[in-house]
Amino acid sequence: MHPAFSVVFFTTATGAGYGLLALLGVLGPLGFIAPDFWPGLVGMGLALGLIAAGLLSSTGHLGRPERAWRAFSQWRSSWLSREGVSSVITFIPAGLFGLGWVFLGRTGGWVAIAGLLAAIGATVTVCTTGMIYASLKPIAQWHSRYTLPAYLIFATMTGSVLLNALLQSFGVGSMGVLALSLLATLTGWGWKLATWRYNERLEIPTTANTATGLAGGTVRSLEWPHTEENYLLKEMGFRIARKHSAKLRQITQALAFGLPILLLILVFVAPWPLAIGASVLAVIVQFGGMLVERWLFFAEAKHTVTLYYGR
Amino acid sequence: MTCLPAHTDKKLGLVIDLDTCVGCQACVTACKEWNTGGHMAPLTDIDPYGAHVDGVWFNRVHSYEHTTEMGGRTVNFPRSCLHCETPACVTVCPTGASYKRASDGIVLIDESKCIGCKLCSWACPYGAREFDTDVGVMKKCTLCVDRIYNDNLAEEDRVPACVAACPTSARHFGDLDDPASAVSQLVAERGGVDLMPEMGYGPTNKYLPPRAHTQRAASVPAKALEPVRAEGGFLGWVDRMLSN
Repeated sequence: MHPAFSVVFFTTATGAGYGLLALLGVLGPLGFIAPDFWPGLVGMGLALGLIAAGLLSSTGHLGRPERAWRAFSQWRSSWLSREGVSSVITFIPAGLFGLGWVFLGRTGGWVAIAGLLAAIGATVTVCTTGMIYASLKPIAQWHSRYTLPAYLIFATMTGSVLLNALLQSFGVGSMGVLALSLLATLTGWGWKLATWRYNERLEIPTTANTATGLAGGTVRSLEWPHTEENYLLKEMGFRIARKHSAKLRQITQALAFGLPILLLILVFVAPWPLAIGASVLAVIVQFGGMLVERWLFFAEAKHTVTLYYGR
Repeated sequence: MTCLPAHTDKKLGLVIDLDTCVGCQACVTACKEWNTGGHMAPLTDIDPYGAHVDGVWFNRVHSYEHTTEMGGRTVNFPRSCLHCETPACVTVCPTGASYKRASDGIVLIDESKCIGCKLCSWACPYGAREFDTDVGVMKKCTLCVDRIYNDNLAEEDRVPACVAACPTSARHFGDLDDPASAVSQLVAERGGVDLMPEMGYGPTNKYLPPRAHTQRAASVPAKALEPVRAEGGFLGWVDRMLSN
C-alpha cells in the first residue's frame, strides 16, 4: 500500500495526542498530577495540538477536502465516519477539562468527569482508527488481530513518553509515569516483533488462481492491460519499502523502542537537567521511529489486487 | 446510505466467458467511449500522449498463462466491477457517496458526495475502483445504467457497452437472481465461478472457466522435413555454383 505522508503523520500524531489526552484525563482527576497552570496549559495544548494537526493533515490526501464534513454522516456502517464523529465529539469534554484544569486550577468534580469522558473519547477514537485498517479484508497484514491492539499500545506508548517529558520539564516528574512509559515502550516493541513474525508466517488463501477463477496449476501474468503504472499500482502496488524492509525494521526498532528505552532508563538515574534532556530526546526519537513504523505498516501491506499484476 | 439493502429485486450482472475471450480489448475501448460521456463522465486521461500515460478505465483485460498437467494456455481475462452482494467498498464509505441499489443490485457512486478518501478502493479486493486525480473523486463501472434502461436506444442495444462490443460474444448481461435467465442457465451449464470466493464479498458477475483440453486435435507435430539430397547433373552444378 502506498504510504501517503499525510496519513502516516496523521495516525502517528493523533496516536500520541490521544494517548496524552487519555493519560491527562485519567491521572489528573485521580490526583497523580497536580492541577498546576503551566503543565496543564502545555500538556493540553500539546495533546489537542497534535490531534488537530493530525486531523488537518488527514484531509490532505482527500481529493475533495471541501466536502470533508460529509464524512460524519455514515457512522452506522463506516469506521472512517465513526472516527470522524468520535474525534470531533472528544473535543467537547477535552476542551472543558482543559479549561477547568488551566483556568480554574482544579481537576475534581465536573472537571474530573470531563477528563474521564475525554479519556474514553480518546480511546474510542484510537479504536476506530485501528478498525479502519483491521476491517479491510483485501489486505491480510492489516486484517489481523494484531492491528487494533497495536494502535492502542502505540498511543499509550507515545502518549506516556510525551507525558513523562512534560512532567520532567516542569520539575514534577513522576516515577509512576516514567515506569509506565518504559513498560509501554517495551510492550510496543514486543507487539511489533510479534506482528512481524505473524505476518511472515501468514498463509493467505487468496492466490492468482482464486483471483482469476482458473483452478489448479499455475497462473502467470503474461501481459498487463496497460503499459504504464495506473492508479491501482501506484496506490496498492507500492514496492519501494519492501526492498529495504529489513533495514527499515532495524531503524524502527532502534528509534521507536531501543533508544527511547535507554533514554528512559537514564532518566531514572540521571540528575535534574540531564533527566529533562533525556526525556525530551526520547519523545523526539520515538516520534521519528513511529513515523518509520507507520510508513512500513503501509508499505509492507500487500493488497489482493497486486495478484492480478503478478506482483 | 452506505448500509447495504437486505434484499435486491434483481441481481444484474455480467457473465464473462474466459474460453472465448480473445483479448481484443474491444470491450475496454467501447466502455471508455460510452462512459467518458456517461453517468460517471469524464473518464479522465492524464498525459495521454506522454511518457507516463495514466487514466481512468472501468474495464481492464489482462492476459495470463495458465499451466496445468494438461498443458498450458493463454487466458484473456477482463476485470471490472463485480457488483458484489456484500460490497465492502460501499460500507466503508464515510459520506454515503457509494451505494448499492435495492432495485437491481448495481453498485454506484454519487460523485457529488465523494470526498476522494480512496478507502473504497482499498476495500475492493478486485481493483474495480479507480481514482480520478483530475476531478478528485472515485470512479467505477456503472453497468451502463444509462444504457440498460435507456428508452432512446433500440431494445437490443440496452446492454452494457462492453457486452454490445464483444465480437466473440464472450460477455453476457442479465439477471443472475432469476434461475431461468439466459445468464443463469449459462452459469449452471458451464460451471461459472466467483472470483476470490474466500473473501466473502459474493460477487454477482460470474466467470466461465475455459473448456477442458480435448484430445481431438493431433498432439503430434508434423513430420520433420527430409534433408535435401545432393543433386547430380545440370541442376546439381547450378546448386553448387550458387552455394559458393
